[in-house]
Amino acid sequence: MELYLIIILILMILGSIYSLNASDLLSAVISYGIVGFGLVIAFLLLQAPDLAIVQVVIEVVTLVIMIAAIKNTQSKIPKMEFKPKIAIYYAITLMVALIFVLIFDRVTGCLSQFGADTMRMAQPYIDGAADTKSANLVTGVVLDFRAYDTLGEATVLFTAVIGVLTILRIKGKKDK
Amino acid sequence: MKGMTFIVKKITQIICPIIFMFGLYIIVHGHLSPGGGFAGGVIMAGAFILQILANGKILPKLRKEEEGLEFMESAAILGFLILAGLGLLISGGVVFFANFLDKGELGKLISGGFIPIENIVIGAEVCAAIATIFIAMVVYKDEEKK
Repeated sequence: MELYLIIILILMILGSIYSLNASDLLSAVISYGIVGFGLVIAFLLLQAPDLAIVQVVIEVVTLVIMIAAIKNTQSKIPKMEFKPKIAIYYAITLMVALIFVLIFDRVTGCLSQFGADTMRMAQPYIDGAADTKSANLVTGVVLDFRAYDTLGEATVLFTAVIGVLTILRIKGKKDK
Repeated sequence: MKGMTFIVKKITQIICPIIFMFGLYIIVHGHLSPGGGFAGGVIMAGAFILQILANGKILPKLRKEEEGLEFMESAAILGFLILAGLGLLISGGVVFFANFLDKGELGKLISGGFIPIENIVIGAEVCAAIATIFIAMVVYKDEEKK
């Protein structure tokens, strides 16, 4: 299973690199879809059907919305001229990335093996969620004793919709 | 945006109710099988978006639909807050999201206290939000030209 995961991860990385370098915004968005759908397969392989369902539907809908947004605006990316200043930025970015990789390498060496502590963390959740009498433990966790989280998510969505309407509505509502 | 050909319209007519019912199923069975409010709500919004993409935009109808969706979204999130407040009141001011209904038997459709109600409310909220974003992109584009 880990071999499949590695193949999917490599595909996702290739897709995101292509979408960074694409000359057309539309092909960039579509190749970015590889990342989302790869994530769906990864979730399925890691036995998380809840997340896989949400991810596959969200991926399709966001792709449609992104394409609608691109069709309303321009799809060509303006060419960037190469200036000597940009080389300095690239150098700084590379240095910071290198430092981060070194630090992560040192830090992850100190941790215990991946997945070793999963059950110790999960057991209280499983015991608590069984008390809610919900057969789907994920729903039991998300909507019962972590419902405050869900309220936050719903609020974020609500705020996003209000923001979109405020930006896109040009005329404003007429008085009745 | 113009509508698509006759074949696409006909197939949309057949498939849309099935997608919508599947979304409802995922929401209502959220506490029994994988899925829940978020996934089901987005599937229902997908049925809306498919309908608009296939049939093109009929502006007066879409405007009316958008107003309804805005109302539904606000009402749904208010309902979620009211549920939380009811939990707070009934538990005596201790727990914000207290599960105050009878929990029933594990594995039955009506079980888990108010978790199914919360699922339905969240589903309505997500469906209305995503459909509103898409409809806003379609509707407000040609107001610019006038």
